[in-house]
Amino acid sequence: MRTFMRIGTALLAAGLTLSACSGGDDSAGESENVTLTYAVWDQNQKAAMQDLAADFTRTHPAITVDVQLTPWEGYWTKLKAAATGGAAPDVFWMNGPNFQLYAANGVIAPNAEPVDMSVYPKALVDLYTYDGKNFGLPKDMDTVGVWYNKKLFDAKKVPYPEDDWTWADFQDTAAELTDPKAGVFGTAASLSSFQEYQYDTIAQAGGFVISPDGKRSGYDDPKTVAGLKFWTDLIANKHSPDLKTMTDTVPLQLFEAGKIAMYWGGSWNAAEFTGNDYTKGKVDVAPLPRGEKQATVIHGVANVVGAKSEHPQQAWEFVKYLGSKPAAEILGKKGPIPAYAGTQTDWVKAHPDLKLQTFLDAVDYAVPYPVSKNTAAWNEAELAHLSKAWSGEQPVDQAATELAATMNNLLAKE
Amino acid sequence: MTRRRDRITEALWAYAFLAPLALGLGVFYLWPVLQTAYFSFTEWGAFGGHEWSGTANYVRLLHDPEVGRALTNTISYTALGLVSIPLAIVFAALLNRRMRGVGVYRTLFFLPVVTMPVAVAMVWRWLYNGDYGLINYLLSLVGIGGPNWIADPGTALFALVVIGVWSSLGYNLIIFLAGMQAIPADYYEAAALDGAGPVRQFARITLPLLSPTAFFVSVISVIGSLQLFDLVFVIAGSGASARANPAYPRLQTVVALFYDRAFVTNERGYAAAIVMVLLLIIAALTLVQFRLQRRWVHYA
Repeated sequence: MRTFMRIGTALLAAGLTLSACSGGDDSAGESENVTLTYAVWDQNQKAAMQDLAADFTRTHPAITVDVQLTPWEGYWTKLKAAATGGAAPDVFWMNGPNFQLYAANGVIAPNAEPVDMSVYPKALVDLYTYDGKNFGLPKDMDTVGVWYNKKLFDAKKVPYPEDDWTWADFQDTAAELTDPKAGVFGTAASLSSFQEYQYDTIAQAGGFVISPDGKRSGYDDPKTVAGLKFWTDLIANKHSPDLKTMTDTVPLQLFEAGKIAMYWGGSWNAAEFTGNDYTKGKVDVAPLPRGEKQATVIHGVANVVGAKSEHPQQAWEFVKYLGSKPAAEILGKKGPIPAYAGTQTDWVKAHPDLKLQTFLDAVDYAVPYPVSKNTAAWNEAELAHLSKAWSGEQPVDQAATELAATMNNLLAKE
Repeated sequence: MTRRRDRITEALWAYAFLAPLALGLGVFYLWPVLQTAYFSFTEWGAFGGHEWSGTANYVRLLHDPEVGRALTNTISYTALGLVSIPLAIVFAALLNRRMRGVGVYRTLFFLPVVTMPVAVAMVWRWLYNGDYGLINYLLSLVGIGGPNWIADPGTALFALVVIGVWSSLGYNLIIFLAGMQAIPADYYEAAALDGAGPVRQFARITLPLLSPTAFFVSVISVIGSLQLFDLVFVIAGSGASARANPAYPRLQTVVALFYDRAFVTNERGYAAAIVMVLLLIIAALTLVQFRLQRRWVHYA
């Protein structure tokens, strides 16, 4: 029965594929109307993307844009499969960890003409440069801050964080806010997203994840280890839930349930925290505390052109529009922080009750997101090794040293 | 002469009826298997394109601790999952009677089978939550502090087995029920006349005559368990995020590892080698099962 069903499904799928093939359009002429496909992964931004597409069509009546949403979980798998089959979308969102892989393999096209890149943060321009060439234009940017629950601070009569606070201040505050009886922790030393945690503290401690030439791991550097130990100490002191608890219930959920007082999160969390019933009106944001130096990771999405696009000219026109000031202004009203200089005020004004300017000020001391050609390979190694330090199975310096060895092997294979 | 033509026509008809199935099997099963076997000797680029690399993937596989771990987990899961068979026989026997609402019970047992595995895994994930899950809440009522079931290396694999058994029980049960109903009632009447009680009847008539069914079910469930993927994918995730779970070294199965290598870290040739090993193991275990059946399976 099962086999029968499977084959039935397979035949059905084959039928669908065949019919999909026969339905392709034959438009190829230059002056004819062109439809571009534009792949994005964020449901929250889909409406803004459709607004941008419509605005673009107003000035380019011959080009319509079909916004295709694929949720984050399946976005890269699907994109990779499509690109392998030579059917990648005309224009799509790219992120830092995946960029070099796509650029090096010729899946995305370098910019067709020079564009003034000085209007975007330099760290983002560098992130999307490969072999000296710019690929696509930065769309948005995000930095990291400490979101805190004012209600929990008030209850313990702890003053809100100052803008110039240090690691020691943060650790003391976390200790004061921890209340085992109420099940409240000062903070959460999350292991699931390095962008808001490990990469920031590593930079603050003066360490590095990957050498600037992308050949060597920084995880065996004592300063890098200090950046990791910042977190494992918080777990050891029980000012953060342990790794098992954070595996069952992710820190974001704990923060939104009032079980965590300080949550390291991105500028993108603003939409979430102003919409969530619990956090609405209860939270604000402070800059990341200063270690040896002040630092935050900056990252941003770029719009890129598929190298095999049948309409490269039109696709590039659309990317140029998306990277322009008018497009950034439309994006800033609804979505994340636009990357274009001087267009960010709308985003800050959207929530006057939050100190969102914190995230913009952070751009001055931001460090780039660590990437290489096959980032995914060592991202997996980071977790496999560091989860042992986070669970207490291994001392953090030992786990980090082993990680450095694994990562160096992977980098050598790139 | 006409006889022979009839026979040929008949054979042609038979092939015609078989053709759709054979075509589907060939195109969607056999051909991919052969291709995968070939790809296991190649190295792939992230976006297609491959070159011959000889036995490099297999050599690497022998030295990869993750492969050993994934194999151990998969085989432990399969072995523990076999408990589903005796359980299914017992429940099938209980449901193979005239009683009120038997249809309702049969439906209840079969529900997990027709529920999407992803939905099943999501719900179990909540049940297993260490701090807010229903299971630990019930345990706390009797004064037991339950563990973080799927984040604790000591319990994770068992937690997985429980879900697997729970979701496959209904399918196995239906097969056994069908097997029991195929046993002629005369046997039981004769046994009753000779003074055999229900337990003796079950042990001497039902069980032996059910052995072909049990054989079928054991072959199917071993193959199914060895290919476990969806549960792990939903419970633990894949790639980097899965490895943030301290219990992942106990949850990772061979197919989950295959997925990570093929789709996360872009090593499709190596991934192909991993599944070829799994294919060999499945073939070997199935062969062993067919050999062993001579000892315990009675065809009436």
